[in-house]
Amino acid sequence: MAIPPGVSDRDWATALQQFEQAVGEPWVFTSDDDVALYRDAYSPFWGEPEERLVSAAVAPDTAEQVAAVVRTANRFRIPIFPISTGKNLGYGGSAPNLSGSVVIDLKRMNRVIEVDDKRHFAIVEPGVAYFDLYRHIQTRGLNVWIDCPDPGWGSPVGNALDHGVGYTFGAYRDHFHSHCGLEVVLPSGDIVRTGMGALPGSKTWAEYRYGFGPTVDGLFAQGNLGIVTKMGFHLLPAPEAYQTSVVTVPRRRDIVPLIDLVNELEHAALIGMPEYGSPLGGFGPPPPELAELLKKPGGPIDEDYDRYAQQRNRGSWSCRLQFYGSPRVITAHLEHAKDRFRAVVPGAAFEDGELLHFPLTQEQSDLVHKVAVGIPNMSIFSIGARTALNPSPSDGHLWFSPIIPKTGEAVLEAQRVFMEAFAKLGAPSMVSPFSMPATWMHRAFIFIMAFPISRTNVAQNRRNREVFRELVKVAAEHGWGEYRTAPAFQDDVMAAYSYNNQALFSGYTRPSRTQSIQMVSSLLVDPESGQGI
Amino acid sequence: MRSILFIVIASLGLVASSAFAQGDATTQKGNEDYQYWCATCHGSGPGHPGTTALAAKYKGALPGLLEERSDLTPAAIRFAVRRGISIMPFFRKTEVSDADLDAITQYLARQRSPGR
Repeated sequence: MAIPPGVSDRDWATALQQFEQAVGEPWVFTSDDDVALYRDAYSPFWGEPEERLVSAAVAPDTAEQVAAVVRTANRFRIPIFPISTGKNLGYGGSAPNLSGSVVIDLKRMNRVIEVDDKRHFAIVEPGVAYFDLYRHIQTRGLNVWIDCPDPGWGSPVGNALDHGVGYTFGAYRDHFHSHCGLEVVLPSGDIVRTGMGALPGSKTWAEYRYGFGPTVDGLFAQGNLGIVTKMGFHLLPAPEAYQTSVVTVPRRRDIVPLIDLVNELEHAALIGMPEYGSPLGGFGPPPPELAELLKKPGGPIDEDYDRYAQQRNRGSWSCRLQFYGSPRVITAHLEHAKDRFRAVVPGAAFEDGELLHFPLTQEQSDLVHKVAVGIPNMSIFSIGARTALNPSPSDGHLWFSPIIPKTGEAVLEAQRVFMEAFAKLGAPSMVSPFSMPATWMHRAFIFIMAFPISRTNVAQNRRNREVFRELVKVAAEHGWGEYRTAPAFQDDVMAAYSYNNQALFSGYTRPSRTQSIQMVSSLLVDPESGQGI
Repeated sequence: MRSILFIVIASLGLVASSAFAQGDATTQKGNEDYQYWCATCHGSGPGHPGTTALAAKYKGALPGLLEERSDLTPAAIRFAVRRGISIMPFFRKTEVSDADLDAITQYLARQRSPGR
């Protein structure tokens, strides 16, 4: 068993005793086998000296137990690192930022405190998974939806605190934006509640987020200033029906009005999350004919791409629009969308999906994109997994997630810049001239890419880390920053947010991952006075 | 004498049926744990990447669905859960306890019991 850096054997032994007194002996994990379960299964440093490892794990059951553990950690200056469900795979998993940290595993705190389907909110603990909250709602027949990210085993609390995102309407799929009220254990061991939760006997904890005075909630997301032990969320009233329609536009330059029009529809709340694509391809290596086209001196021009599309009798870009509500509302919004496109983009074509009424039949449920209708699931893990077409699966993945503006011009620029960057680095391009961004953010795009992780090929991991770091720099040079990243790259990403000589965070604290966060209590609180330092 | 023998036999039967019931209870718990922790990836139907991956791996030589396998050893199940395989990460004991893992193992092993 490793000992946290700078902690004596004697203090460590005393701290472990106090942890056991706080949470019970079965819930303090110190054996090598148990502690190894807190490694990041998708670590880009797997098996290398830089891999972030854990000294021990402690699993409290209540906020009071969390506070007791934090006080002990503070007393002995032991770095601690909280996790909720510990499934932040691709962004760090359950491993800490600082090797030797004690992980505070909040999985046992798995209570759904309240769900209200008239005022549409929930209050949950960090160990609650999206699966749990969904089942709680379904078994009680409550008339609300949750907005979930791709993997259903994640925590609404942990996901929101790492600025995680989902798939329905903008106001809900930015999960930190949709939160309302926190309960937090501070580095001193004090328990505070934010917003209306600060008012004893408050009737509106999860409905009015500001309370009175400065709003401090943001300090606890991607920050190291506290451990969130309860969190309120706004929920979406369950809609009556759902329909998709895919709009396809013919020419390469149509990407500009396509995105402008979809922005207009989305920001007016007439559609849920749009999903962009190209009938000509997406991320990944180009097929031979496209590779040949890309060799053209000076690069292909728009007309070359248009010819490429015409030869295949396909459009250049597409967007799946999602409509929610009553059938009459859906029909009205869909017709309005068609009117707008026909007026602005000649040749725009629509392909309507089936109008689905809730509850779905099993067959409909099997076919629908589940997260788009608030059903948590695990199908995302097909990425990189073994399939008939992918006989050599990876051991995980690492997300590179730069934020770019919601315009066609920005998408074309991102394609060009990242393709050039991959070429300059001598690495296979993950971007093609038809790559489209993810749209989980309400007001920005994520030009996301997945790097494979191997538990056996150290050279590949090293190479991918080098490329990742260069892409962070390239993105920053063009005004794009990552919204979230694994501990291995947090210093790189943070360095890009450097306005006025890093004035935002210099000398005080540094953002890092969530509940998920790195909470080096000894750096934040004077153990003598209990005051922040 | 006959009545004593009857009591002994009846007691043995009680013990046997009690052990059987306990085994069933563990298998039932294993089923519940399996559905909660494993079936979301290893269930049947579309959107279950674990089942898809195993079907691609064994190409029909073995079922893609774990619940249809009769060759899984407890050691193999424990290894997969505590070490992970490919995209599948390992599970902490706050998620799947050793007792949960024993129950899951018993549930998946039920296929090997003759006549069950």
